[in-house]
Amino acid sequence: MSLTTAHAEPSIAGVCDYIALMKPRVMSLVVFTAFVGLMVAPGQLHPVIGFAAILCIAVGAGAAGALNMWYDADTDGRMARTAARPIPAGRIAPGEALAFGLTLAVFSVVILGLLVNILAAVLLAATIAFYAIIYTMWLKRRTPQNIVIGGAAGALPPMIGWAAATGGLSLEPIILFLIIFFWTPPHFWALSLYRSEDYAHAGIPMLSVVAGPTETKLQILVYTLILAPLGVLPWIIGYAGPIYGVVAAVAGAAFLALALRLRGEQHGFTACKQLFGFSILYLFVVFAALLVDHMSAVLFGHLAA
Amino acid sequence: MSEQKPDRGIRLTEQQARARRARSIAIAVALGVLVILFYIVTLVKGPAVLVRPL
Repeated sequence: MSLTTAHAEPSIAGVCDYIALMKPRVMSLVVFTAFVGLMVAPGQLHPVIGFAAILCIAVGAGAAGALNMWYDADTDGRMARTAARPIPAGRIAPGEALAFGLTLAVFSVVILGLLVNILAAVLLAATIAFYAIIYTMWLKRRTPQNIVIGGAAGALPPMIGWAAATGGLSLEPIILFLIIFFWTPPHFWALSLYRSEDYAHAGIPMLSVVAGPTETKLQILVYTLILAPLGVLPWIIGYAGPIYGVVAAVAGAAFLALALRLRGEQHGFTACKQLFGFSILYLFVVFAALLVDHMSAVLFGHLAA
Repeated sequence: MSEQKPDRGIRLTEQQARARRARSIAIAVALGVLVILFYIVTLVKGPAVLVRPL
């Protein structure tokens, strides 16, 4: 990767370009899952400290996104989906993006450590490093298992939220981690099925490019078969209540039905687009249900007392 | 003797100047938020601000 600016002209990058560099849509899911992890953790956390933790996690996620875009600028430029991103479009120079990403990464980790606790800061640093180095620089261009292993980075935010609230970790945040970890492959492989040509053109060995759509659909089904019961696990072990249990079971069954339908689809991309859209809804609904379930238990606990 | 033109340096276009101004304001806002955040957290934590348990 070149560190030099692409042109000697002064930058025309606006604030929106730097926000785009932070992948705001990915960030919103990271913030939401971290927020749920923080809220459902036992104990009391001052709202200001909680806000500081979420802000640092959001900025850390943005840093990881910026570092990813810096390294992937060449492949992004070859894909229709990503060609308009700030670096391939020439609005931000690669060196500026790298400096921006590193600055945000250092600030977010140090401030989380100073204002909240060291464990949360270490987990945030690990998340950024895992996404930028292990996933982006190492796995993404080398193996079709890239998003399976790289998915760990996206699965860590609820654990960071939990660690921020409690200063420790336990089984519950690990289950939340596993839910996102096993959700990631069906989510990205559904996208890659109808963007296969794009990925092939960019030289990224997504499963759909390397093994074909039939194998990818089978793998989506296998991971969904693991995900659906895993989603209900917090209720089974008594960590979440019936509100969560019912929502997670119904959402898991719908996910499974869509994965089965996708497996049966021979032509067209309707089923994979539906599965991709539903996968985002699934994660949001499951985590929202966990939050509602927890808040209602707290409320009823107060009313009963 | 020929008269040398004064070096005027880089002249920003209107778009470049507008973008630079927007970036400067964003950096100022981010720094302001950071200062306020540290101030409020110091008030919230009190003397415990120096305690950093794992």
